[in-house]
Formats: sequence, structure tokens, C-alpha cells
Amino acid sequence: MQPSRNRLVSEWQKLFGNPIRAFGVVSLLLVIVLAIAPAKNYFSESRHYQKQYLALIHVRSDANTLQRHFHPDIQQIWLPEVGAVDRCTTCHQGLKEASLADVTTQPFRRHPVIPHSAEQFGCVLCHRGQGAATTVAEAHNSALAREEPVLPARYMQSSCGQCHHTALVGTPQLNTGRTMLARNGCVHCHTARLPDGSTMTATDNPPSLIHVADKTTRDWIYAWLKDPLAYAVSATMPNFNLSDEDARDISAFLISNSTPAAGDAAPVVAASSKTPSDPVAGPSLYGESFCSSCHAIQNAAGNVVGGDIGPELTHIGNKVKPEWLQVWLGNPRIYDSNTPMPHYRFTSQQIALLGGFLQAKSDSSLLANVHLEAATAGQIAHGKTLVTDYGCASCHEIRGVKKPDNFGPELSRIGSKQLAELVFLPGMTHTLPDYIAGKIRQPRAFGSGLKMPQYTFTPTQIGALTTALLSYTDRSHNLPAALALPSLPTSNYRPAGNPGRLMEELACQSCHRINGRGGDMAPDLTMEGSSVQRAWLNDFLKNPNTLRPSLIRRMPRFNLTDGERAELTDYMMTAYQSPTIDRDSMPLSGYSAPLVEQGKQLFYSKYACQSCHIIDSNVDKGYIGPTLTQVGSRLNAAWIYAWMKNPQALRSDTVQPNFNMSDEDARALTAFLMSLRGTTRLEAKR
Amino acid sequence: MSTNLSASALIFFAIATAGCARKPATIVSLHPTAYGSALVETSGGKQMGATGTMLAQPLVAQVNDDQGAGVAGALVEFHGPFGISFEPSAALTDASGQATTNVTLGGMAARYQLTATTRCKAQKEVALNVVEVALGYQQELGYQLGETYCARCHNPESSAERVSNYDNLQVKPHTFTDGTTLNKMTDAELTSIIDHGGVALNKSALMPPYGYTLDKSQTQALVAYLRLVSDPPYQAPGMVYAQK
Ligand code: HEC
Repeated sequence: MQPSRNRLVSEWQKLFGNPIRAFGVVSLLLVIVLAIAPAKNYFSESRHYQKQYLALIHVRSDANTLQRHFHPDIQQIWLPEVGAVDRCTTCHQGLKEASLADVTTQPFRRHPVIPHSAEQFGCVLCHRGQGAATTVAEAHNSALAREEPVLPARYMQSSCGQCHHTALVGTPQLNTGRTMLARNGCVHCHTARLPDGSTMTATDNPPSLIHVADKTTRDWIYAWLKDPLAYAVSATMPNFNLSDEDARDISAFLISNSTPAAGDAAPVVAASSKTPSDPVAGPSLYGESFCSSCHAIQNAAGNVVGGDIGPELTHIGNKVKPEWLQVWLGNPRIYDSNTPMPHYRFTSQQIALLGGFLQAKSDSSLLANVHLEAATAGQIAHGKTLVTDYGCASCHEIRGVKKPDNFGPELSRIGSKQLAELVFLPGMTHTLPDYIAGKIRQPRAFGSGLKMPQYTFTPTQIGALTTALLSYTDRSHNLPAALALPSLPTSNYRPAGNPGRLMEELACQSCHRINGRGGDMAPDLTMEGSSVQRAWLNDFLKNPNTLRPSLIRRMPRFNLTDGERAELTDYMMTAYQSPTIDRDSMPLSGYSAPLVEQGKQLFYSKYACQSCHIIDSNVDKGYIGPTLTQVGSRLNAAWIYAWMKNPQALRSDTVQPNFNMSDEDARALTAFLMSLRGTTRLEAKR
Repeated sequence: MSTNLSASALIFFAIATAGCARKPATIVSLHPTAYGSALVETSGGKQMGATGTMLAQPLVAQVNDDQGAGVAGALVEFHGPFGISFEPSAALTDASGQATTNVTLGGMAARYQLTATTRCKAQKEVALNVVEVALGYQQELGYQLGETYCARCHNPESSAERVSNYDNLQVKPHTFTDGTTLNKMTDAELTSIIDHGGVALNKSALMPPYGYTLDKSQTQALVAYLRLVSDPPYQAPGMVYAQK
């Protein structure tokens, strides 16, 4: 103790004993303290990068210009509106330098061309990370609470989705992901509230199970529950990895819980359980009725061919009971009043033909190994417990089981989920995107007793879903009014009255959009009454022919009565009109021969319309646009004229370019097109 | 201006690959049990994808012996310029002689030249080069617009969803990857023919004008896309980054 104390005293004496020496020592300390700040700056990372940047531009031919654009010190973009204080440009000096296009090293790359500028939006709005930080690690990789790391480039489109809720042309990955959230039914179990207050709705249409025993057998339900993909490769219902016992009990419950539908007991046609299948007439009726516009069948090569509005029919014979199929084909609304399938008005002979054709689509091995014994009351009760536990009623209507609220965690702000709230798998990188992608890939791996089923998404699909989910951030819900963009307005439009009922029966809106509601397979009919002539529409409903030779999806024929057709035609001609086009403002005929000839010249030379349209099937071959051989008896002149002037104003998604046509040219072309009356099919038949 | 990016980036990447910044192979435990004498592409080359994303199809390379038959158990290593990653970065060939890897593109819009290598018995290295294209936002936008408005005439191939109109045209347009033709046109000429149609360049009116349908940024996006996918690659005039 004593010696060390003595040493201290003597050291003290050495430094401060003499006043002059003391002054010198204190000054030195002061200088060191004062130097800390500049030294910290001098040795800071940003200085280091700025020096590197200067060295990089120094040797380039436009060094002087680049030098002039260079800013020393800390740079900052401050946007109080969006809460951004972004100092990224301190190191990322070359962001706006077009001539640095060849530089691949960061932080000096030029920013790729996007529709927004950094001055307006800053950096972190899109890239996330800590804008105010001035070290590489803190800015990019912070995992502290309330902070987030920089978003990997592969999910970049999610940032567009924070403000943009309608599909952008340049963000296919985001668009696909969002469509999948609805199409794969994710939002049945997970609520996703959008910033505008609306809630995302599913588009997958899972069937009601109230009358399921009418439609199918317990054996089929069992096999389906065990492995939906074995029955249909395009099945959207996921695999719940059920044990044999659980599948046995759920199938037992569903069958015993089912009640008969009112009309199912009385098949339209007396159905023998084995309708003979006609190898020629059956397939051809299936083809003529354009069933494949909505339903797919897997062909011998393994390709699933057809639409995805209705279920895949490759093995439909294994699934449905023949009696039920007869009733369904007779009128699907007897079994399910909300089905998107039209009521075709098939004759009983047609029903028998189609029924036989579909019943033959089966695979004998599919149910070969299913041997279920009669269900016990205990099994049925256990089945009900399982159905409740697995949340089956989130998607399917099941008698006696309430649709659970928020069965899965809400997704409205999943893009801002804190890392601390997540449980990662061993070996996984600890980032939110990796967590989301991992959870979609193997939902059950994250713990025992988890209920989310197993999907079979490709890596690309998982990337798209992750991108979509990352777009639902806190920020997307708290945007300043100036940045908040509306979602696509949803419409509940249903046609009114008797014609409306008829249109519901024919399920027109499964394919056609009208006043904002409906499918997108076929043309929007909102302005159909301004567009087409009454006689043509009436004829078309009787015998729809396709206007575009290259289309594979077509309008089916519904066997309407003359009265029904007249009613539909009248309704569409009256209710579906453009607010800007008066269809009687231009005559259907009576145009002068010189004007018609002038139009013809314009058609073939100046505008070269024949590159996409056919008016004379002997010489023209283009088939991007509809065939125009009879356009003069199909369309109204006023519509054609308006279309010539600005096609996008009438149909925003048409690919016909706007030619910025003069009134004179538009008039001449209208006159020419109105002169094309061809021979109508009816005349040709006679 | 923006459209010149891609081409110059290719040049850089080509150089980078020649030098081949080889990260030490992470999987060192792969020991080849056989050696081939040639390496050929089975599938997965010339794909396009958004920057930073994994390509839709894996890259598959096959190791062959002198007779052209696949060799199982040969070691294939995959290399790429900065930003590219492989999963896995090295693999032993399967029974049919093929090695498969998933490619994740870099963050820059560019043509990336990737190299697969294997060793033959004499320990000599055999290499296979493939090009993959990463589309930035602008090029992706151009690609999407091209698929909507242009591809039916400019792409002779048909799919079930889109029947090509190419055969119906009296004057044949070129595919967008046809660098031999398109590289001869300046950015101004491309913009002009897209905006004002074939007549603007004394070409056929079968090429319609899009200047009143697409806005300026969309036309620029189309040009940027054309420039990036053209094969042989486009080299912008006057874009020589001469070092002083
Ligand atoms: C209706 C068919 C058609 C459509 C649609 C079309 N083009 Fe063309 N395009 C042509 C034809 C035909 C030519 C050849 C003109 C000639 O050589 O006289 C051409 C030529 C071109 C050329 C000049 C190089 C070449 O291929 O000869 C470019 C560039 C071009 N088109 C771009 C586009 C773009 C971009 C779009 C979409 C916005 C588009 N085209 C849509 C038919 C079409």
C-alpha cells in the first residue's frame, strides 16, 4: 500500500510540481481533447468512402463535372412529411451520376432509373434501414428494437406496394403475390386490412360443405384430405398432413353432418349410376360448351389445360356421385345458389352425354386403398373437434361450426413486424423477409402443434408472396395524405330486376366485368349498349361466335328461349350505355361512296389496320384484333368514331394504339367500316 | 442516357468474369469420383429475371466424356461476377451427368456472364459460359409493356395464351433480341419508330405508332429493355470510359 502511494505522489510531483511544466501538460491534454472530434471525423467511415469516391472519379474523363457534384461532409435528405432523415447520400455520392453506369462497387453505383426522385421520397421509404445512421453497419444491418435492416433487392417491389394498391405494370412480382394472397385463400384465415380501411377478400371460392354428402362419398373426402394434389395437381386446398385416424374422423363428421339439398333428391333425368359414355359426342359437347374456359383437365403429357375459375376435372368421376352430377348439370344453383357456374339450360340428352363423359374421367387407383369402416359416434365427435381446431370453417361453410374470427395472425402490418417478436429456426438468417419466406415454405417447422397447412409453392411464388406481405407496413398505414393512394374501388354491382336474375343465372359476371364488378376473361360490358347494334346482340346471344380467331376462351351457348334473349338484349341496350356516346348521333348506313373509298385507303395504307384486323379473309390475315368482315352490322357508327379518336377512353386496357386521328380520317374510316356487312351467319345458312 | 447502362455494365462484368473473382468454394467436402472432358448447357441459360431475384428455372450443366455421354460424379463449380449467387455453388453430377444450381441475380440491371467449370482427367479446366439477364425496374417495365403491346408481332413464337401474329405480317419485324438489327438503330431512332410508327423511319406502316398510347417514361422503358436484351449486346456509341 505504502510504496504505491509514494509512487503516485512522486509522479504527481513530476508532472505538476513545477507550474510551467504543469501548464505544458494541461495544454497538451487540452489539445488532445480538442482533436478528438476532428479526428473522429477524419477517420470516420463516411470520410473514408468520400475519399475513395474522389479517387474513383479522379481518373474519369468527366472528372471535373463529377467533382463539382461532389459534396463533402454529412449529407441529408430531410422529409418531415414522410418522417425521413436520410443521410445515405453521404457515402452514396454517385447515385445521380449517369456516367457512372459502369461502376459496380457500392456505395458508388448510380441508382437505377425509377419513377421517383430521392429529393421527393428519400431513401428509407423504399430501402428501409436507418436513414439517420452514418456507419455502414448501423445504416444497413441494425437489428435493434424499432430499427430494421435494409431490404434485400429481391423484395424491392414490396416498397412500391406501401403506397400503390392497384397493380402497376412494372411490379409483376408484387402483383402476383397480392393476387395469390386472395387466390390461394390466405386471407380466409389471416385478416389483411388495407390502409384505406378495406379488407382483402379471397377469390378462391371454397365450396360449402352443408350438403356435401349429396355430392361425394366419404371415401373421396378421406383421400382428398390425405392428399389434395393426388386428386388434382392444380388443387388449391393445402395439405394439412392429417394422420389416417384424423382424416377418417373428419370425413365421418362431414358426411354425418351433411343435410340433403332441396332439389338434389329429384334428378332432372332418371339417372342410372352408370351412364354410358359416348366417346365422340361427349367430348365434343364438352368442347362446344367451352367448359375448358373455366375448367382444366390434365392431358396425357401432364399439362393442365384450361381455365381455373372452376375446379380441375381430370378425375371428377372419382369425386362426384352420378345423381348429383345430373342435377348439377341441369341447374347448378339448386345445390349452390352462389356458384360462378352458369345455368346452361342443357337438354336431358345433353346432360346424360356430359354426365357420362365426366363420370368416365376417373382413375381406378385413386380410391383403391381407401377402406373405411362405418363411423362410430366417438369418431364423428372427434371429427367435429378436429374441424374446429383446424379452422376448416374459415374457408368452408359447415353446419354447426362457426366461422372463426382471425384464425391465423393478422397480416395487415406484417411488413413491420419486429424481429424480437419472431421465432427463427436454427440456421436461419434473422431477417423478416427470411422469416416470412421460411414460414410460407414450411409452416409447421416452426414449432409443434402449429396448424398452418403445407402448401406446394415454387421458390418464385414464395418470393412473390413474401414481396406482397412485406408491403403491408406500419408506414403504409400512416402515410401523409399527399402520398396515400386509393385501392381499386370495389363494386357490388348486380343487374336489377328480371333480366338481372337471368344474368345471375347465366353467371355473366363470372367472365364479364360490368360497372366495376366481374371477371376479366371476357370483354367489359359496361358500355355494350352503346357499342353494338341490337339485332347483332340478339343474334349473338343465340349463337355466339368468336370475334377473335386467336382466342382459346370463348362465350358458350346457353340455349336461351327467344323471350329470354329479347329481355336480355333490351336490358343491355338500355342499361349499359356510355355517358359520352349517343349511339344515334351517327347513321348506320348511307355514307357516300367516295368517303367509304377514302376510308378504305386509310385502312390499308396510312393506318395499316390489316396488320391486326381482317376485313377480307382472302387477303388479310392479322388476328390480334377482332375480325371486321361484318363490323358494319355489329357496331354503332358513333362508337366506331369515338373508338378511332381514342380507344383507351372507351376501354382503358385495349392494346389498340391511339393514332391521334384527325376528325376527317376518323369519319372516313367509320364510313368504310360501316360498309362492311359481310354475310351474316344466318344469311349464309339460308 | 439511361439506356446505355446495361451494355456498359456487360463489358465490366465480362472483364470481371475473366478475372473471375472466385470466392473460396464454401462446400469443400465435394470430392469428384469421375472426370469428364466437356461441359455443355442443358437448360437455364438466357433467362431474364428482376434484379436480385432467383431465376425461375435452375441452371443445368452436363459433364460429358469423349463419346458425348454424361459422366456421373464429376465436380462442377459455378462462378459469377459480383452480386450473383448460386445455390449450391458446386455440385457433383447426377446419374445422367447433370449438375443443377439455382441462380440469384445481382442487384444491377445487366447481362451477367456465368461460368461453370469442371476438371478433366488431366486436371485441365473445362469451362462453360452462359448469360443471364437481370432487369431493373425500368427494363422490367419495358418487358411488361412489350409483352402487352409488341410481342404478338415481334415474337414469332406462339403460346396457348398468345397466338403470334408474326406470320401474318407482310413485312417482317425483328425479335427484340436481334442485336444485329437493333444495335444499328440509335436511341433516337428507336424512340421515333415507337412513337410515330414505321413511317417515321420510312419503314412499313404495319408498325403502328404508340406515342399517344404510351407516355415518355414508358417509351424510354421499352428502349432500355430492348438495349439490355439485345444479342449480340448493345454498345452505346461514345460511352467509352476512357481513363485519363
Ligand atoms: C401490328 C404488328 C406490330 C406491333 C404490335 C408492333 N410492331 Fe414494331 N414493327 C412491326 C413491323 C411490321 C416492323 C417492320 C417495319 C419495317 O421493317 O418496315 C416493325 C419494326 C419495329 C422496329 C424496328 C426494328 C425492326 O424490328 O424492324 C422497332 C424498334 C419496333 N418495331 C418496336 C416495336 C415496339 C416497341 C412495339 C410495341 C410498343 C411494336 N414494335 C409493336 C410490327 C409491329
